[in-house]
Amino acid sequence: MRHIIAVLLENEAGALSRVAGLFSARGYNIESLTVAPTDDPTLSRMTLVTNGNEEIVEQIKKQLNKLIDTVKVFDLTEGPHIEREMMMIKVRAAGENREELKRLTDIFRAKIIDVTDTSYVVELTGASKKLDAFIDAVPAGLIVEVVRSGPTGIARGDKGLTL
Amino acid sequence: MDMNGVDLSGAEIVVQALIDEGVEYVFGYPGGAVLHMYDALFKQDQVKHILVRHEQAAAHAADGYARATGRCGVCLVTSGPGATNAVTGIATAYMDSIPMVCISGQVPTPVIGSDAFQEVDTVGITRPCVKHNFLVKDVRDLATTLRKAFYIAMTGRPGPVVVDIPKDVTDPNIKIPYHYPREIQMRSYQPIERGHLGQIKRAVELMLQAKRPVLYTGGGVVLGEAAAQLTELARLTGFPLTSTLMGLGAYPMTDPQFIGMLGMHGTYEANMAMHETDVLIAIGARFDDRVTGKIEHFCPHAKIVHVDVDPSSISKNVRVDVPIVGQVASVLTDMLGLWKEQAPTTTGRPVADWWAKIEEWRRVDCLHYDRHSDKIKPQFAVETLYQVTKGDLYLTSDVGQHQMFAAQFYPFDKPRRWINSGGLGTMGFGLPAAMGVQLAFPQAQVACISGEASILMCIQEMATCQQYKLPIKVVLLNNGYMGMVRQWQEFFYESRYSNSYVDALPDFVKLAESFGHVGMRVERPADLAAAMQEAFAMKDRFVFLDVVVDPTENVYPMIAAGKGQHEMHLPPSLSDRELA
Repeated sequence: MRHIIAVLLENEAGALSRVAGLFSARGYNIESLTVAPTDDPTLSRMTLVTNGNEEIVEQIKKQLNKLIDTVKVFDLTEGPHIEREMMMIKVRAAGENREELKRLTDIFRAKIIDVTDTSYVVELTGASKKLDAFIDAVPAGLIVEVVRSGPTGIARGDKGLTL
Repeated sequence: MDMNGVDLSGAEIVVQALIDEGVEYVFGYPGGAVLHMYDALFKQDQVKHILVRHEQAAAHAADGYARATGRCGVCLVTSGPGATNAVTGIATAYMDSIPMVCISGQVPTPVIGSDAFQEVDTVGITRPCVKHNFLVKDVRDLATTLRKAFYIAMTGRPGPVVVDIPKDVTDPNIKIPYHYPREIQMRSYQPIERGHLGQIKRAVELMLQAKRPVLYTGGGVVLGEAAAQLTELARLTGFPLTSTLMGLGAYPMTDPQFIGMLGMHGTYEANMAMHETDVLIAIGARFDDRVTGKIEHFCPHAKIVHVDVDPSSISKNVRVDVPIVGQVASVLTDMLGLWKEQAPTTTGRPVADWWAKIEEWRRVDCLHYDRHSDKIKPQFAVETLYQVTKGDLYLTSDVGQHQMFAAQFYPFDKPRRWINSGGLGTMGFGLPAAMGVQLAFPQAQVACISGEASILMCIQEMATCQQYKLPIKVVLLNNGYMGMVRQWQEFFYESRYSNSYVDALPDFVKLAESFGHVGMRVERPADLAAAMQEAFAMKDRFVFLDVVVDPTENVYPMIAAGKGQHEMHLPPSLSDRELA
């Protein structure tokens, strides 16, 4: 099963490589990993997406907790949560494709953020599946480049993952 | 003297921090990046520096010191090759959860990343084999970082911590006021002390209903200083007790309630009891593959209780029914309290039928060997060592057959007496580890049991032993083979002994003598006891005993990798007997 795990880490040099190293050393899957400082500059928040059966995911969470720099680990998939990923996709937009891509952008409630005579850059935010769907919907051969941030997430409700 | 508030350089801060931590010995080897620290060491006499002959030995010696005393081992190495040489020793300590602080020099901060002379990414290289590591880039962080390093190494599940210090951070010309924090608080690291009382209650309920219980104990009991609580629990419950390689001595091995080591080379009775048990109480043990054999066949009938300080050890390899996370000593104390409240007053062994079964297995005599051989059997050598030292010995070991024979045939009655690399299996560990032990206990009998292959991996340390007059006794079981490799080749590769023969061995007697030590060679069983007595009588000399043993002897019982606990090879001399 796919799990989205949020980790609060001390904002120390090398903290990211400890997490990345843990996954490679123990052979855990890692689909994506994003990290940035939080409102508290001494803390980073990492969101990682991983796959595995319950035992493996349980071990992943324990091993993450065991890292000395880890302050908190929270499995967003355990409760109601919101997942968002951002994508910028550069597409060939010339001739008849130009109108089709504009329509597609509107349907997905995406935004065109750069325009040339022959291309668009489209920005789209949503759950990863929505981004996948947009990519699938772009007619074959028109994609020039895809940039995805990897998912981030937050739990629903009034409780926060803070100290 | 209280140095708080006094202006000190980075190098002086390091040394003062060691003094404030109560460090007796630093095992190390100088080099460019640590010269400022060595100069600061030179100017004081509180922390004693032991000059090893290879950085691997610095880490092993610090490790041996830590295992024997329960205190934190400390080693000091230079940048680049100094640090990479120490990695094997750090990884050894990591696998066995040994508290150690390794201070490494680093090239000056302005040239980090430029492939400078003797530069290596020490923090990167050691990351997977340390509990934690630090690169200190500012002298103002040095004291606090060192305090954190000792705190992390010693608390929770212990382990090695590397502190990498660039040369400019130890600059003798830059002085700042020294402040060494007594207490350290880390929001990201809060080791667990007490176990959950509800879980302990569930465990006790299971134990009270058990028909075929087994206490399975590991190195965590030794590390957690819980031998006394374990002994009381065993006595009170009357349950049979088996131990991993790392836990030997936490419960007296000469006691009849001890049914031997378990696992790949464990006793028949211990492994059969594991196979048949209905309630397994695992205490400070980690279900290592050398213990479990094939997981699918592991304790097929058992409800499992697991006490461990490290939550990530729980249900890592084997799913457990009652996990209890906490310090072993504290959990066992709570467990004892509950047991005393709830258990009916019993006399003798409350699980009599179970013991009858175990005694039946015991009668198989799985450690049987030929006591009338005209060659010295390695088992006989260990038994003789036990008799000569009267069981009062710190015994370090290298890795291989001799290690297993020692574990099987030298019954330790106290914790911290059996010192070996169980997790990583590091050949070369024994001699430098013995140096750490002997320095910690100058009056004690310390021996290193080894093989002719292992000993050559850190043989240079005989020079260190000479310099510091360490009266260690090396007991070399010399069979001319990498015995354990040869054994596997005999069993699983149709006796194709690929590169397991140790050709061109030195004359160990002359070799020891050339380092200024005493060398002795024994070839006949009848001469062994006298030779050992003579060796141990030389209380102020390092003695190297080269004992020529039967090269064909194998370690039995043996569970082949990937087999179940009940599928043991027994000694060939027993194979004609029908087994349960």
